[in-house]
Amino acid sequence: MSLAVRLRSAVCLLGRYPALAGADLDVREGEIVLLSGANGAGKTTLLRAVAGLVPLYSGTGEVLGHDLVRDRRGARRRLALVGHETFCYDDLTVGENLRFASRAAGRPADAGDAAIERVGLTRQNGVTHGRLSAGQRRRLALAVALARQPDLLLLDEPHAGLDAAGRAVVDAVISAAPSEGRTVVLASHELDRARALAGREVVLSAGRTVAGVVEPELARA
Amino acid sequence: MSLLRETALVAGKDLRIEARSRVALYQILPFGGVVILLFAFALDPDRGILPRVAPGLFWVAVLLAALLAVSRSFAVEAGNGARDGLRLSGLDGSSIFLGKAAAVALELLALEIVLGVAVALLYDVEVHAPVLVALTVVTATVGVATTGTLYGVLAAGLRVRETLVPVLLLPVVAPVMLGATRASEAAVEGVPSEGWPWVALLALVAALYTGMGMLAFGPLLEET
Repeated sequence: MSLAVRLRSAVCLLGRYPALAGADLDVREGEIVLLSGANGAGKTTLLRAVAGLVPLYSGTGEVLGHDLVRDRRGARRRLALVGHETFCYDDLTVGENLRFASRAAGRPADAGDAAIERVGLTRQNGVTHGRLSAGQRRRLALAVALARQPDLLLLDEPHAGLDAAGRAVVDAVISAAPSEGRTVVLASHELDRARALAGREVVLSAGRTVAGVVEPELARA
Repeated sequence: MSLLRETALVAGKDLRIEARSRVALYQILPFGGVVILLFAFALDPDRGILPRVAPGLFWVAVLLAALLAVSRSFAVEAGNGARDGLRLSGLDGSSIFLGKAAAVALELLALEIVLGVAVALLYDVEVHAPVLVALTVVTATVGVATTGTLYGVLAAGLRVRETLVPVLLLPVVAPVMLGATRASEAAVEGVPSEGWPWVALLALVAALYTGMGMLAFGPLLEET
């Protein structure tokens, strides 16, 4: 099976501070990988680097065969990131935000309809983002990611700010990913919940991946 | 997706946001109107100065309003990490540039029609060459919108963007101001032959900044 993510000695700077200080990571296609580590360990930066939002200062990176330096756009077309912010427009409705995201990714405009149903926001379809509650915004952020029909789903603290039903929705999306041909990399502090979902855990410390980085069979490949 | 479709997608998104938030209608348009009125108060209509300087005053008012429109165009990308969302969208930088510039241009065209009527009534101005005026308005508007969008993204990622945009933009659009004013003066004075060279200059500036924007916007969106 080929790799969805491959990072080697990745260094990312936030100002002069090395938020990633030589991280390595292999993620196989269809795998669910949990990133864990203390606050400031580099989990968010690693996810943003894989998404191409934080440039690599040194090292190499490939996402689904696309080089993160030379073909960032190609990589982005096949991934979606659910981050701390929703990436949505306050004055657009739930449906409009979803249609924009799906059409921008080259997906059919109705790709958002399935996503909105999946996260349980059908009744809020005509409500603007600015009028949603914090939890509904988190659900919308997940729906926007799903509407892009990504091959790689990057989730940064996906359970944060959600009620029990919302957390169950997130769990269902993550669990279903391999059967949908989707790879998931998630960062979380809710380790018990996330470990139950993930097939492998990668531990970060001080901007480096310190455990679970490369599976033995991948190292031999 | 083709360049045209991506451009229409971005422009449609920006125009929909403006239609719903009504910032252009409730803030930018009244601002332009107040500027036109203030000039009328300052230059006393009875002295006969206003009709002679009307083209210049009109374009100054449009330019000041354009600063607000450009700032607004990038302010909508500042909330909720929308700018990162735009970068992640997979859209081509050229399409994003053209879409945002097209939305600003359409807003400015609507503004110019309203302000043009106000100037004609308040300043007692007659237009003798409507085709020249129409082409001046279109080329100057495209020039201001493309220049504004290109320089707007330079300042977009900075906390001082509201004050930096005018400082960056005003010197650069000086040729547009000059050309649009001279061409409009020729149309008002009924000597269109004197206006066409200025329209050619405006078209050149618009084409230049459209090309530069299509090349540079994507990298600037990534790096700023």
